[in-house]
Amino acid sequence: MNKEIICTVCPRGCHIDVCGDANSVASLEGYGCKRGIEYATNEYLNPVRILTTIVKIDGVDNDLLPVRSNKPISKDKLFECMDVIRNVSAKLPVKIGDVIVENICGTDVNIVATKALG
Amino acid sequence: MYNLNCDVAIIGGGPAGLAAAVAAKKQGAEKVLIIERDNALGGILQQCIHPGFGLTRFGEELTGPEYYSRFVEDAIKLGVEYILNSMVLEIDEDKSSVICTNSEYGLTCVKAGSIVLAMGCRERTRANIVIPGTRPSGLYTAGSAQRLINRQNIMVGKKVVILGSGDIGMIMARRMTLEGASVVMVVELMDYLAGLTRNRVQCLDDFGIPLKLSHTITRIVGDTRVTGVYVAPVDENKKPILEKEEFVECDTVLFSVGLIPENEITNKAGIEIDRVTNGPRVNQYMQTSVPSIFACGNVVHVNDLVDNVSSESEEAGKYAALYAMGKLPENNGVADMVTGNNVRYLCPQSIMKAGSDEKVSVYFRVLAPEFNVKLIARCGDEVIAQKKELRVNPGEMNHIDIPVSSIKGDKITVEVIKEG
Repeated sequence: MNKEIICTVCPRGCHIDVCGDANSVASLEGYGCKRGIEYATNEYLNPVRILTTIVKIDGVDNDLLPVRSNKPISKDKLFECMDVIRNVSAKLPVKIGDVIVENICGTDVNIVATKALG
Repeated sequence: MYNLNCDVAIIGGGPAGLAAAVAAKKQGAEKVLIIERDNALGGILQQCIHPGFGLTRFGEELTGPEYYSRFVEDAIKLGVEYILNSMVLEIDEDKSSVICTNSEYGLTCVKAGSIVLAMGCRERTRANIVIPGTRPSGLYTAGSAQRLINRQNIMVGKKVVILGSGDIGMIMARRMTLEGASVVMVVELMDYLAGLTRNRVQCLDDFGIPLKLSHTITRIVGDTRVTGVYVAPVDENKKPILEKEEFVECDTVLFSVGLIPENEITNKAGIEIDRVTNGPRVNQYMQTSVPSIFACGNVVHVNDLVDNVSSESEEAGKYAALYAMGKLPENNGVADMVTGNNVRYLCPQSIMKAGSDEKVSVYFRVLAPEFNVKLIARCGDEVIAQKKELRVNPGEMNHIDIPVSSIKGDKITVEVIKEG
């Protein structure tokens, strides 16, 4: 399976061609440095992203709580996580880093507050 | 009129104003007052809930609220004062008082030793780029849609076309997709991406959102609500090729077509404006053409990274504090910065030949993307600074450090030359 990956480690944005199967990388072409090899390998085998969104606050209707995943989440779990977060509401007071959803969708990642409120 | 006194008055409590306030306080200014029109500090970062802030400054990827919270914490610890819900109307003719309205005190006059302009910028709208068609609902600037969704819990639409590949536009493409909308396409007039590559990968490619380079919206259609837009490719002169126009159905259009420094107060105060940046001309102390008034952040020139805004604003805060204490270095003449090959603008626009061994970071943008270039600063025939870059791009700001002691003439030219 071939995949073209645009490296985002630095602004140069190398286009890296990765060849391999679901579990391993066979060859890489087009990278400009070592960091590109690492990036493209991870991005090919298991692309992950930080998820950020907002949640409602119990009893407050004129403010929202911004939240993030404390670690990157597998890219194909983002929508599943959004479905969970959409039905959650936070209780005040909240500090930055307070856990709002623990171990979301079995990913071992927590959804935490990014703003102090209340 | 209600009267307040301070050493340094800062107009705007966003990232620029906060960093300036903290630096002014650290420099020894006794009373530092931020005047903010919103109901909270933090500025635009309050609605920028996505990550990507602080990589340079803190070495970690923070969200907007996490980033500004660090500065608010420092500001409060150091005793920076602030008034919210306060709209600045003008700077008085004495150039040392700020007139504002405040919901509690009414009309208020803030007398200050020095003033820092940190009003940020605003978005260009459909009106600025003049797109023909009807005027239905469903047309938003990307930033106002971002505020509605992230701060007011109002979803703006279901089927979206985004004009402009700036960072806010791409970030909104992802945000709207995660919230259940379908983003039909991002249309970009230029033949290259306006924002950061990282955002193209993580906001468009991740969700299979097509990016149409060298295309534009030629007409907006819809009676009460927008029902679609016509999209056409453009020729080398950026003129739409109307024979190739196609109808694209949508109920929402977001405009991410650039930012304009918000300089009404600056203009009214008679401060000299740079025609390219649309912000005040400043020297390395971030001092404007009116000596008691300093400026920093997006009101001076539109930045792509808030980390830059913070460091530039710390300079403004520091020197505004020194000015208020009567300790700003003496003016030994000024060298003007001149744009050379492939340089769109330079900031600061001039360097005061005051400090002896300091280095001034001059920020600039190129006119066109290029690979393997050399950045060169010349004073007369002498090269006073140079460095190599693998890649330059109009969307990403560059800088070159100029040693003040090497300035012999009254003009410094910066150019970007292709190597080999």
